[in-house]
Amino acid sequence: MSIRDDREPARDAAELSRREFLSVALTAGGSLLLTLNVPSAAGALGQAAPAAPLNPYIRIDPDGTITIVAKNPEIGQGMKTTLPMLIADELDADWSGVRVEQAMLNPIYGPQFAGGSLGTPLNWIPMQRVGAAGRQMLLTAAARAWNVPLEECVAERSTVRHRTSGRTLGYGALASRAAALPAPDLSTVRLKTPAEYTIIGRFTGGVDSPRVLAGEPLFGIDVQLPDLSYAVYAKSPVFGARLVHANLEELKAQPGVRDAFVLRASQPDAAIKMGLVDGVAILADKWWDAQKALRMLRAEWAPRAASNQSTHAFALEADRLARLAPQSVLRRDGDVETALARAHRTVSAAYAYPFLAHATLEPQNCTARVGRDGSVEIWAPTQNPAPGAKQVAETLGIDPGKIRVHMTRIGGGFGRRLNNDYMIEAAAIAQHARRPVKLLWNREQDIRHDSYRPGGFHHFTAGLDAEGRLTAFRDHFITFGQNGHVASSAELPRDHFPAGYVPALQFAQSLIQLDAPTGPMRNPGGNALAFAFESFLDEIAHAGGRDPLALRLELYGPARVLPAPPPRYGVTPPPFDTGRVRGVLEDVARRSGWAQRKRLPPGTGMGLAFYYSHFGYVAEVIQASVTPDGIPRIHKVWAAVDIGSQIINPAGAYNQAQGAILDGLGQALHLLVTLEEGRVLQKNFDTYRLLRIEEAPPIEVHFVRSANPPTGLGEPALPPALPALCNALFAATGTRIRSLPIDAHRLRTVAA
Amino acid sequence: MHFSIQVNGERRIVEEDPDTPLLWVLRDDLHLSGTKFGCGIAQCGACTVHLDGVPARACVTPISAVGTAPVVTIEGIGASEWGRKVKAAWLELDVMQCGYCQAGQVMSATALLAKNPRPTDADIDQAMHGNICRCCTYTRIRAAIKRAAGLPTADTREARS
Repeated sequence: MSIRDDREPARDAAELSRREFLSVALTAGGSLLLTLNVPSAAGALGQAAPAAPLNPYIRIDPDGTITIVAKNPEIGQGMKTTLPMLIADELDADWSGVRVEQAMLNPIYGPQFAGGSLGTPLNWIPMQRVGAAGRQMLLTAAARAWNVPLEECVAERSTVRHRTSGRTLGYGALASRAAALPAPDLSTVRLKTPAEYTIIGRFTGGVDSPRVLAGEPLFGIDVQLPDLSYAVYAKSPVFGARLVHANLEELKAQPGVRDAFVLRASQPDAAIKMGLVDGVAILADKWWDAQKALRMLRAEWAPRAASNQSTHAFALEADRLARLAPQSVLRRDGDVETALARAHRTVSAAYAYPFLAHATLEPQNCTARVGRDGSVEIWAPTQNPAPGAKQVAETLGIDPGKIRVHMTRIGGGFGRRLNNDYMIEAAAIAQHARRPVKLLWNREQDIRHDSYRPGGFHHFTAGLDAEGRLTAFRDHFITFGQNGHVASSAELPRDHFPAGYVPALQFAQSLIQLDAPTGPMRNPGGNALAFAFESFLDEIAHAGGRDPLALRLELYGPARVLPAPPPRYGVTPPPFDTGRVRGVLEDVARRSGWAQRKRLPPGTGMGLAFYYSHFGYVAEVIQASVTPDGIPRIHKVWAAVDIGSQIINPAGAYNQAQGAILDGLGQALHLLVTLEEGRVLQKNFDTYRLLRIEEAPPIEVHFVRSANPPTGLGEPALPPALPALCNALFAATGTRIRSLPIDAHRLRTVAA
Repeated sequence: MHFSIQVNGERRIVEEDPDTPLLWVLRDDLHLSGTKFGCGIAQCGACTVHLDGVPARACVTPISAVGTAPVVTIEGIGASEWGRKVKAAWLELDVMQCGYCQAGQVMSATALLAKNPRPTDADIDQAMHGNICRCCTYTRIRAAIKRAAGLPTADTREARS
């Protein structure tokens, strides 16, 4: 097999430390994998040879079954399939004989989380190296068994073949010998060329899918333990309120109820920090009994002084702040006031978007068991288990080393489960109750106790020259925060486009005090900012008589690679490449027939948007019209996506892109969380209106392959969908959507 | 109260209040946890089962209302010809992302095809309207239903826009 060892330049921050990995693997690997060993009866070579771990990720049974550990949580983003594919390909494993096992939380695996679309960029090279190291050990074992030179041995489909003699040995037969060999230096193992891939790039179904369709208990909500009790935990609908009194005795008397008790907040600002807040725990032998008892709860809550907050008051406050000088300036390039004064014409517009809830379909839940020695075992559908374990240790006052976390399959993440409030609640309830507990929220609790996508307001002014070129850009961003600090996921990045591409630019900011918790939601920042900025850019294009595509191409300029931006999430991003912007814009324009859009029938329009996020470049075009009632009708979506040279699993990739686009369209069309008197009004899917099948338009996704290492796809395709739709509706009706969700009334006036 | 119900072809006796939803009988009494809890008010379809072959939302179906109607869940649907075909199509097209809604989707899709083996896009919209997929795998749900029916899977709706 011809193998080259000089792949893409490695990104130091994005890789496991080789030395650390090896020392950990060698010292801790055996003990860790002992728990995974299942002695197999039949072995080809040594009959009773035990299952042998090649490294912490790979175990091969004597019968040839290959077990590969998936280290990250699975939320539907596909990492439980993708990461083992990387290992299996370099291992030259027969995928049909591979069994994938979910890792527990364990430092041996390095970072274990699902967020930031980082699964692929952080693991692309390291996981391949893990597999290549395993292959090298198997080849060496075979060469020694036959006493032939290593170079004469080749690996393919879980078998080593001696080229000269044609002899073969299966991986199962070689496993125990291979495992006894020293682990190779991961930085020197040779990796395949793309032409040699047998699994990477192949349409590969999700490893859990057959089990999900068999109804097997895979999700957090499905966890069963002996002597399990079911819990509900009632919190104040007004965020951060203190519990004054609850009718515990009455609750305890309800049928099936074992106990009812009060837990107290772990810290004064626990509601904002998604920690343990005041509440009433009800334990029953069945969840439905606990849920019925919950309806009998009579609790008195004492809200904090400033918690009488509402969406309506936020809008008034935003109007007031917009008329004042901004509280702070985030970025100033050139002299924006002078540039605006000298502009041939100026365009001003105000954009607004609402708070949103994640609404994962599996409501928040967690199962916890506290041992006699104070140790805690947790089964959690969490995207981010390590911080959760730390918070549990802090809240319960126990040694972090006494916590074991099982990562269950997760019924949707979208960023909600980067926070671990449900994990802390379950552990605290189990500790108090001294028995195993499954905590399950109902849907109303889930929607009313989220870490919300923050709303926001943008007051834009742009200056154009006589040719319609953008010469000045100003945004007064009115966002939310606590005591002068911007709330989680409510930031405007200093380098947000068009910063750096306009000679005179100012980003400034003012804050509205917020007492509700916020947090990252699929493409945090981008899911809101793309709507505002890319819609306003469309306005600029129309005001200057320019094609929105041409304006973007001109702003980004000729193809060139710009210096890498500062590290984010502890990862140094790849440099920004304007050629990749051009690549996806031109691709989507060509395939959608953008240049011929004027020939569409009256009342039908096309909108375009581009957004760079999570290292991915995505351009989308949407064709839409409106019904006489003003309901948007989306005819079709075209997307061009550049996430590098290799689509690891096309099955997952197209699904992610399509799903993210529809997720964005659902937000634009329907979604809104309303605060009133300090609490959220929406409670369930009747008022929090998720997209349904008949609203999902045809989508054509095309991956533009560029010579760059592959990056993640959970998030990048979402942001452009919202402005592409709004820009299409403008093209179709002449009505500009500057506030979400889209108000059909405004479109009806025009259509009628 | 004792209730005797038929689930996936087996007779099961459960001790429950008459108002207990079938969903919690399946999940917590019978440990058939393939049927999922999403909303509790028949808005999302994650809890869809078949009652006498008709899709029903188990979260709002009291155990006392089940009577003699055979209950089929995701654990048992593969025993029917359409259930087998639908599950095969689901796997072939790799429909699911998180997978949490997919038991309900498969139950609704199977009921549709059993009644209407050559559904149009409009038929699919109507039959699947009640099943939310938060990951928005609707593109593949539509295609997989057509695949199970032996129809072309290309999304041709734009031609009619």
